[in-house]
Amino acid sequence: MINYRKRVLNLTNKLKYQSSLKLAATLALIAICGQLPAQTAESISQPSNNLEAILLAVSLITVVLVGFVVFMVSDKLITISAVRVRGESVLEDEDATADLSLIPSLKEILPADAHASYVGKVHNLKRGFDVKISGKAALVVAGDLNSPSHSVKPTDFLGMQPIPKMMVEEGQEVKAGDPLFFDKNKPEVLYTAPVSGEVTQIRRGEKRSIVEVVILADKQISFKDFGKADPNSLSREEVVSRMLESGLWTALRQRPFDITPDHNDVPKGIFISGFDSAPLAVNYNFTLKGESVAFQAGIDALRKLTNGQVHLSLNAAKTPVDTYLNAQNVEKHWFKGAHPAGTVGVQIHHISPVGKGESAWYINPQDVVILGRLFTEGKYNTKQLVAVAGPEVTKPQYYTTYKGANVGALVNNNVGIENVRYISGNVLTGTAVTTTDHLGAYDRLVSVVEEGDFYEFLGWILPSYARPSLSPTFPWGIYSGMEYDVNTNTHGEERAFVMTGQYEEVLPMDVYPQHLLKAIMARDFEKMEGLGIYEVGEEEMAICEFVCTSKQPVQAILRDGLDYMREQS
Amino acid sequence: MKPLLNLLEKLEGASKKNKYLHTTYDAFATFLFQPKETTGLKGGVHVRDGMDLKRTMVHVVIAMQLALLHGFINIGHQHYVALGMYPDLFDGFFLKAAYGLLQLLPLIIVVHVVGLGIEFVFAAIKGHAVEEGFLVSGMLIPLIMPPATPLWMVAVATAFAVVVAKEAFGGTGMNLLNIALTARVFVFFAYPTEISGDVVWISYDYNLLHQLFGMKQHTLDVLTSMYGSLDVASMPKFVPESVKKAMDAGALSVASIADGAKGFQALVVDGYSGATPLALAAQGGWDKVLAAKLPDGSQQYSTSNLWWGIMPGSIGEMNKIFIILGAIFLAVTKIASWRIMASMVLGCAVVGILFNMLAVGIAAESQISVTSMFIGVPWQYQFAMGSFFFAMAFMATDPVTASATNTGKLVYGFMIGALGMVIRVLNPAYPEGWMLAILFMNVFAPLIDHIVLSFNMKKRLSRAV
Repeated sequence: MINYRKRVLNLTNKLKYQSSLKLAATLALIAICGQLPAQTAESISQPSNNLEAILLAVSLITVVLVGFVVFMVSDKLITISAVRVRGESVLEDEDATADLSLIPSLKEILPADAHASYVGKVHNLKRGFDVKISGKAALVVAGDLNSPSHSVKPTDFLGMQPIPKMMVEEGQEVKAGDPLFFDKNKPEVLYTAPVSGEVTQIRRGEKRSIVEVVILADKQISFKDFGKADPNSLSREEVVSRMLESGLWTALRQRPFDITPDHNDVPKGIFISGFDSAPLAVNYNFTLKGESVAFQAGIDALRKLTNGQVHLSLNAAKTPVDTYLNAQNVEKHWFKGAHPAGTVGVQIHHISPVGKGESAWYINPQDVVILGRLFTEGKYNTKQLVAVAGPEVTKPQYYTTYKGANVGALVNNNVGIENVRYISGNVLTGTAVTTTDHLGAYDRLVSVVEEGDFYEFLGWILPSYARPSLSPTFPWGIYSGMEYDVNTNTHGEERAFVMTGQYEEVLPMDVYPQHLLKAIMARDFEKMEGLGIYEVGEEEMAICEFVCTSKQPVQAILRDGLDYMREQS
Repeated sequence: MKPLLNLLEKLEGASKKNKYLHTTYDAFATFLFQPKETTGLKGGVHVRDGMDLKRTMVHVVIAMQLALLHGFINIGHQHYVALGMYPDLFDGFFLKAAYGLLQLLPLIIVVHVVGLGIEFVFAAIKGHAVEEGFLVSGMLIPLIMPPATPLWMVAVATAFAVVVAKEAFGGTGMNLLNIALTARVFVFFAYPTEISGDVVWISYDYNLLHQLFGMKQHTLDVLTSMYGSLDVASMPKFVPESVKKAMDAGALSVASIADGAKGFQALVVDGYSGATPLALAAQGGWDKVLAAKLPDGSQQYSTSNLWWGIMPGSIGEMNKIFIILGAIFLAVTKIASWRIMASMVLGCAVVGILFNMLAVGIAAESQISVTSMFIGVPWQYQFAMGSFFFAMAFMATDPVTASATNTGKLVYGFMIGALGMVIRVLNPAYPEGWMLAILFMNVFAPLIDHIVLSFNMKKRLSRAV
């Protein structure tokens, strides 16, 4: 059952930082400050005795001043204690520092439309919804993660044959960058080991499909040498063959369908989303610090792959990390808005939408850095920062590790309760994993949330704890900054589509999601194409699934439609 | 809550033997406790929004509560005023509230028993959970019925609406027509004689519950004391001559006349008719509406009476102020579409203004007063008459039968406003236009969406080339 006391404590704890309370406090302060001098002035205007009036005025002003000082000092103390509770790192986190003081800062009151000079045209996305979840990772690196094993999961790569051709056997020693397996349909694309060590297990699933290749990591990782090179001086073929050989080709994905692209294709552009707007997402402004050289090398390599541009989308509401600001030969775009503004599908839609027969490729900025290292260091070095976050995490923070790290090692001794779900990725699109599992190929986050497998008395109308919702019928919706302790309860059962306009309200694209889903269910090929199935992926539509009153499996329906379209083409 | 949960778990085991029992169990148990169902492990979200269909539907019902409250008080008020008792709204307030409540409750119960019964059976046959759509329909149907509608008629209409308009199409979320309006239109067309004219808008009768609480006796006592001292000449005009003579002679009492609805109608005070403002406007325009008088000689359809709904009419549709509050609640909570509501007001106003302009032209030509024609009723007063706001807040905004696209909603709402006004003013056969306008636009809503979508598709295709 729910720990009600904990929930109440959390709630009151959070309310301290709420903007509406701040506003009330400020207004009260202004009222007091305005009222007292007025009274003083009144008493002075009818002086029975001049000296008496002056004394009264002075004492009143003193009271006001003392009150103000007391208020300011206590506000400062609250801020200090909040910093202590939430960790020093909040001072670095632009989101977190804003709401620590009781007095709203000027930045909060004034609309932040005055952009820094480097910001270009901003795509201001009005629609969207941020699922605010407590336990965001503090901007602290807890150190190198001692992950006993790493793995590569063929299931992470959409469109791959279920039984890839294995190139290693159990017990074999590999170096980081050595090939593990390949898809029989595309033998050039190699899938490689993220760490060096012994291949301990080749886990098989249904019908002998390969689910996971586990590598027991060496203490000191040794890398296969691919040789240093300047991507600018290489030809497209050389860049492609290096990427194929090192396994970094699989870091690229293609819209439509989110599959690993064909290396003979040339995309209309390559898109990088420089920020992740999903709940609890990794803050790239933090994780990419000091990676300028590798990032630039990665960009240069990507430039070789397309005749079009390499597009980098940045969050206009934040100060981007120098790695982004210094990047050359890349077209920067600025986005502002709630989730899914940070998803690459939304960005492609606003920059240069994918039409029928076209393809756009995309890659995660962290993978751009790894790609850059392939050229600057000559290694497949997947060292990166991985976050552990969520309401149930005692100390949400970052760890340094390689790709496919062990989940158990990441969450070790850091989770308060037992009945939790570990999710590789964010709570909207991630996959549930156990502590013996490993992070997915594209995931840099372990979200930990409570399992909601409990009944709630009259929970549909009288909820016993706060939960995030798009609907203004929940009273806590007025606290815009409130973060919620979420759990995995569905909060209702699956129903037919009843409400309309909800999906549109959270998807900032010129797409009619509900009609698209209906077209998929009806297998209406032309309508699916016409309504833009090539432009959307699960990542963008996940927020529609979250807000769905009818609890429809939006992502599953969409994937079904995408698979159908891929078979047809 | 633990003992209750244990009891429910035991009941669940018992109910599993029979699919009808299990559906019924499931419907009630999920209301009592939100299920412990969790999100899937792969390929979907892990955290869900707190909103579900139960909460959505119940918020619509909550939005109707003020209209419902006014509804039953108004039933009582109109009833006693027609009999010449308690002319002021707050005279005999509790008696009025009690009369109205006892009149309305059986209606609500019958609608729910019939409607939910059918829903449960269909859900069990189809093997899915009972969906919550009927929560709203079940509350709307009583509110749009005239207060004197016989219970059997409401039961038949509800059954027709649920089976033909809803389950035949596949249940909640699949229906083409608004369920509550289908029930209303069924009553309207199937029983035109019983359900038209001035009489139905005021409830005269006393049902078993009223009699049990002694309300009938109370009324008879008051009437006897009123009429006992009157001479034959000033007796209500409906009372036949022979009856008057018999009463005069002391051979016949008020109680013996008031045996049944017709008898009560005979006791209605002289000169009082249940004609609604729309019926009057159709006869003689705004002038006639203003001329209507209450038994005590005061104006029946003053502006305040029109807006506060202190007049005869369908149960829940009268109090415009309360309905507007409900509509604002629905719009603010984003449960109903503000687009539909706003564009419907606009559609109604535009057509009303056009009619007014037309009326000025006609009046100039044929030398009659503008306000003696229905089309000459000042357009802002069109909102105060009839059930425009109720239709706007609760009927047109039904998300299943309305247009699904935002642009479509604007067109859909505007068309309802415009069409409903045309039907109300120009068609003498129908006293009110919204029911037919909304059902008509329900049928056209998919077409509107189709057009909106085809523009989107065209735009996308043109970009690809």
